[in-house]
Amino acid sequence: MDQYPKVYLYRRIVQAKLFIDKNYAERIDLSYISDEACFSKFHFTRLFKAIYAKTPHQYLTWVRIEKAQQLLREDKSVSETCFLVGFDSLTSFSGLFKRNVGISPSSYQAQMQQLKLAIKKSPVSFVPSCFALQHGWLEE
Amino acid sequence: MITKMTITNIHVLNQDSAYDFYVNKLGFKLVDDIPMGPESRWLTVSPPEQPDLQLVLFPVTVSKMFPKDVAETLIGLIKKGIFGCGVLTCNDIFATYEELKAKGVEFIKAPTKEFYGTEALFKDDSGNYFSLQPLNNFGNENSI
Repeated sequence: MDQYPKVYLYRRIVQAKLFIDKNYAERIDLSYISDEACFSKFHFTRLFKAIYAKTPHQYLTWVRIEKAQQLLREDKSVSETCFLVGFDSLTSFSGLFKRNVGISPSSYQAQMQQLKLAIKKSPVSFVPSCFALQHGWLEE
Repeated sequence: MITKMTITNIHVLNQDSAYDFYVNKLGFKLVDDIPMGPESRWLTVSPPEQPDLQLVLFPVTVSKMFPKDVAETLIGLIKKGIFGCGVLTCNDIFATYEELKAKGVEFIKAPTKEFYGTEALFKDDSGNYFSLQPLNNFGNENSI
């Protein structure tokens, strides 16, 4: 079924999504992406939202916040994380992070650090017994 | 009264490769990655919009509960592609199919209309296979 309806449209929109996934840390101009995909900006936004339930801009923000959580878990500082995921302003990064995750970047990082310490102290206590037993981790 | 399944497992041949497949190709979220000794780790992922279900990417290694002959038999069955591991749901099957193909995921079956709706089948990096179906599988599956 490689020739399903509108296959050419799907491929162009998917390529645009993959472009955002790869280049989220850069200054992305969404008009440029719609031009590259040979759509008007309006048409591009409408098709993208129909497929992904987010506008391209909303999707870009979502990807950046997801990556930011990963970097904060890896102990990057809040300001470093902000710039590494493509934001210019720490204020707008912190505001968007809180709106999406529910807590500030620094609180999120503190929570993750506490969790890491607890895991380091007793890793097997984070594994349900049915799996730990099967793997022999309870015997060690 | 049981209300939900929260953690289930998929046996994989190599955890590094499984991490790359489930996180970088399928887009699952990493939940736990805890070293449990020199040869294995507690590695769990969740579908992006289902944080309350964790899939354990469980390596087949020899243990007291899992003797060598059992481990070898299981590895052989996984490699043969015997195990169907479940149905994964997406918003748009054609967009998901195109994206996963672009990322090198091997499809056994392209999106095909069946009596129960449109379905595709793909394999993970170990040989386990999954059915892929759109959320709205009884209406018009095309989003655009």
